[in-house]
Amino acid sequence: MLGEGILKGLAETAKNFAGSFVSKERMTTVEYPEERLPLPEASRNFPFLVYDGEDWEKGLRCVACQICEKECPPKCIYIEKSKDKKPDYVGKPQIYPTKFDIDISVCMSCQICVEVCPFEAIKMNTEFELATDNRFGGLLLDRKELARSNEYYHEIHPTEATEVDARLAGEKAKVEMKAKAAADAAAAKAAAAPATGTGAAVAAAKPAASTEAKAAPATKPEEMAKVPAAETAPAAETAPAAAKPVPGTGSDGPAPMTAEEKENAETPAKPNEGEPKV
Amino acid sequence: MIGRLDQIFVLLKHWLLGYLPESWQTPVGVIISVACIVGLYPALFAVTTVLERKGVGRIQNRLGPNRVGPYGILQPMADGIKSLTKEDIVPTSADAVVHFLAPIILVVTVFMGFAVLPMGRNMVLVDMDAGLLFYFAMGASTELSVFMAGWSSRNKYSLLGAMRAVAQMISYEVALLLSSVVVVMMSGSLSLVKIVEAQNHYSYGLPHWFIFTPWGCAAFIMYAIAGTAETNRSPFDLPEGESELVAGYHTEYSGFKFALFFLGEYVAMFSISALGSTLFLGGWMAPVSWLQVVPSWIWFFGKLFVSMCVFIWLRGTLPRLRQDQLMNFAWKFVLPMCLLNLFVAGLWRFMGEGWLRWVVCSAILILAYVSIGREGMRRKKFGPRNYRYAE
Repeated sequence: MLGEGILKGLAETAKNFAGSFVSKERMTTVEYPEERLPLPEASRNFPFLVYDGEDWEKGLRCVACQICEKECPPKCIYIEKSKDKKPDYVGKPQIYPTKFDIDISVCMSCQICVEVCPFEAIKMNTEFELATDNRFGGLLLDRKELARSNEYYHEIHPTEATEVDARLAGEKAKVEMKAKAAADAAAAKAAAAPATGTGAAVAAAKPAASTEAKAAPATKPEEMAKVPAAETAPAAETAPAAAKPVPGTGSDGPAPMTAEEKENAETPAKPNEGEPKV
Repeated sequence: MIGRLDQIFVLLKHWLLGYLPESWQTPVGVIISVACIVGLYPALFAVTTVLERKGVGRIQNRLGPNRVGPYGILQPMADGIKSLTKEDIVPTSADAVVHFLAPIILVVTVFMGFAVLPMGRNMVLVDMDAGLLFYFAMGASTELSVFMAGWSSRNKYSLLGAMRAVAQMISYEVALLLSSVVVVMMSGSLSLVKIVEAQNHYSYGLPHWFIFTPWGCAAFIMYAIAGTAETNRSPFDLPEGESELVAGYHTEYSGFKFALFFLGEYVAMFSISALGSTLFLGGWMAPVSWLQVVPSWIWFFGKLFVSMCVFIWLRGTLPRLRQDQLMNFAWKFVLPMCLLNLFVAGLWRFMGEGWLRWVVCSAILILAYVSIGREGMRRKKFGPRNYRYAE
């Protein structure tokens, strides 16, 4: 009959009206500033810089390689490199950013900086209450405002952060093992080899040990020994250039690096990607 | 004591007028009454907006506004201040004079309707003999202001909204009038005071309201439908359908002029509800005889409040109609039912007392309702839509 549906609808809304006063489960909204829903783990908006340990300035993972600055589509990152170096997580001296600014009013939250970072130094934050009364500089965050501890990273993206930690630990272990193996081999060679070959072998072993983070599949000491010392050093320099294919940039790979940058980027992050050996 | 409380506003006015010379009393009395009406209904409007937002929120399982003041009751103050301080923008190509006049005419005509509505025993501004006629004349001129607004804005959406509004209001104006005519037929007067008095007697403690007769009930339903359409209220709010027309005829209005439109719409709802309760629900009469001790004006505003709640409830429930559905409904259902109801009312009048007229009149009306409804819904497929070309 005509009007039946209207009555049904009225009954339904009346039920909602009455029910909203008695049952809290019915309510579809939360009273936001007082109550908050937990953010989903995959949520992200703007990047932040990860640091290890207590001191944000010392523990900053960033080595100012400027890959993110180059890759950033809206160009919202600005980095200035330091003149001096400080040790990174494996103990290798690296330069660090003296200035790292992100203008989040320009940032488009694409996460490309996170994808390209070989050092797991920049990650996406979940903070969204970024309103400011400073119209011009309020959303230009410097490195102090961007720095967040690794614990904070674990808090907001637990799964991802655990993976990153495992990878970094693995790398560190590998580097240490390799350094140890190289040192052992060098020592063994030095002991075993006759006096004629000793000079070259030691010269070859030394650079291999010093370029600790070289992530190539552990080179056998015998092969290493065959490579003349003069060739080993350039190999260590060119290898990181092809270290990490940048996702999304196609066959072109990362932008060609200057000699200076190569020096900075001596520590490729992902050893399993096996770069070509010269 | 009870009589005094019932007449408190009347006595108050007379006491105030007592201080004035004789020749001043009539004009000042009118001014006081007008000021009361013009002050009271905007206040009720403020209360209703917050009530509506909270009510619709509850219907949708939300809390509604609760930030300004305790439980959000001061929300209308914030809204009022906001609309007062907003910039008043007039489009460069708009007809500035008509654009300016439209909201004023709307509010004025809407308030004029209250002049003839009795809000309690002896509480009526003008007891006009042709009160109902005056009311409908004023109600019809709101269409003018709506069209003025739409036309002068020089905006497609405004004009479309105004065209829709005029088409809708004229269609439903017919139904509104025809459903009220039965009341005039039975009470024999166009004066709203007399219409209330015609219902003002009780048998077995129950009142003789016109809604408690078959023709009255049918007329009330038709009146409610037509009244909802007449005030552009959901589900008949096509003229301001925001999904199609931005805001309809008041798209180009901002600041206080927009607030005036908003006010006009709500005051029109009050006035159509007040007229509905006057015609069918006994105006300021108590619903049972032993409750007559409660002042009459409390009953009037109580009925007003209940009908506002129903308006809000309907708004929270029904989706907006389509223009063709709206027109079909007006001309193919409401209008035939109203015409039939005129006949039934005449039948009722000449069949004399007794149970027979109850049976005959109810049977005719129910039969007509069912059959017209079935005819209207015939060949209409309800359920999921089929798309022939979209795959």
